[in-house]
Amino acid sequence: MFKAEVFVTLKPVVNDPAGLTIRGGLQALGFESVKDVRAGKYLAITLDEPDEARARARVEEMAQQLLANAVIEDFRIEVQPA
Amino acid sequence: MRTGIVVFPGTWSDRDCSHAVGEILGEPVRYVDHRARTLDDLELVILPGGFSYGDYLRCGAIARFAPVMEAVADFANRGGLVLGICNGFQILQEARLLPGALLRNASCEFRCEWVHLRVEQSDCAFTLDCRPGQVLRIPISHGEGNFFADAATLESLERAGRVVFRYCAADGRVTAAANPNGSLRNVAGISNARGNVIGMMPHPERACEALLGGEDGLAIFRSAVHALTRVAV
Repeated sequence: MFKAEVFVTLKPVVNDPAGLTIRGGLQALGFESVKDVRAGKYLAITLDEPDEARARARVEEMAQQLLANAVIEDFRIEVQPA
Repeated sequence: MRTGIVVFPGTWSDRDCSHAVGEILGEPVRYVDHRARTLDDLELVILPGGFSYGDYLRCGAIARFAPVMEAVADFANRGGLVLGICNGFQILQEARLLPGALLRNASCEFRCEWVHLRVEQSDCAFTLDCRPGQVLRIPISHGEGNFFADAATLESLERAGRVVFRYCAADGRVTAAANPNGSLRNVAGISNARGNVIGMMPHPERACEALLGGEDGLAIFRSAVHALTRVAV
C-alpha cells in the first residue's frame, strides 16, 4: 500500500483571489513580511499498487484526468509506503 | 424546439429552464437524467446552473464524467445546439467542449445581481435575434465565474468572434466597473468554433418574464428556435 499526497496549485500566471485575500488577512494581523500567498488543494490518496513507481504513475494519471485542471493548475506528487 | 434539460445531482436551475422553454415559449421540453446515454430525439440540450456534485474538487469536474456527458459531446459534434448556463458553462469547459476555465470571483464573494451584457457576436445560434452591440439585462448568480484563458487562447477566441457576451455598463461600454467577477476582457459567454455550443455565466432563464424583472433572456432561447428553423439539425 502507498500513500500519495497531491498538491494542486494555480499556475503562476493565474490570478488567485483567495491567496490575495489571505495575504491581506495576514498583513492585517501584523505579518508585514508576507509578500505573497498562493492557495491550493491538498489530497491524500491511499492506493494498493505493487511498487512505488507504479503508484506514482497511477496518481499522475489521476491528476491529469481529474485532480487538476491543466488549463489553470499545476500539481506535485509525493509517494511513500503506507 | 425539442429541448432536453440535463439534471445532475445538485443542479438547481433545471425547473427555471423548463419554465422558460416549456411554459413561456411553449416548446416541447423534457428533463434528461445524468445517467442517460442518448439524446437522439433532441434539438437543444441545456446544461443548467447549480452545484453539480457539490462543486467538489472544481466546479463541473465530477459532472464531466457523468454518463450523459459522452452523449452531450456526440450531440455537440453532430451540430446539436448546446447551451451551458453558469454551472453548465463550467461543465462544458471541464469537458473541453469549450476552452478556458472559470476561477473564483476576484471579489471572493458570491455575486447575485442583475448585470448588463453586450452582444459581441450576433451570428451564433443563441444570438441570431440580437443586434450586434445590443445590451441585454440578465442576472448572474455565482461564486466562480471569473473567466480565464491563456493569452493565445484568448486571442484566438477574439479573432474568431467567439466571445459572444461581455459584461458592460447599461449604455454598452465595457468597463472595469461593469465586470462583476474579474473575467478577462469582461468575457461573460463564449462559443465553440462551430457556433452550436455556447457557455455563459448569466442566467437567461431567470429573465424571461416582466414579473421577474425583465425579459431580455428570451432573445437567447428565441434565437435557438430560429436557428433550428434555419438549419435542420
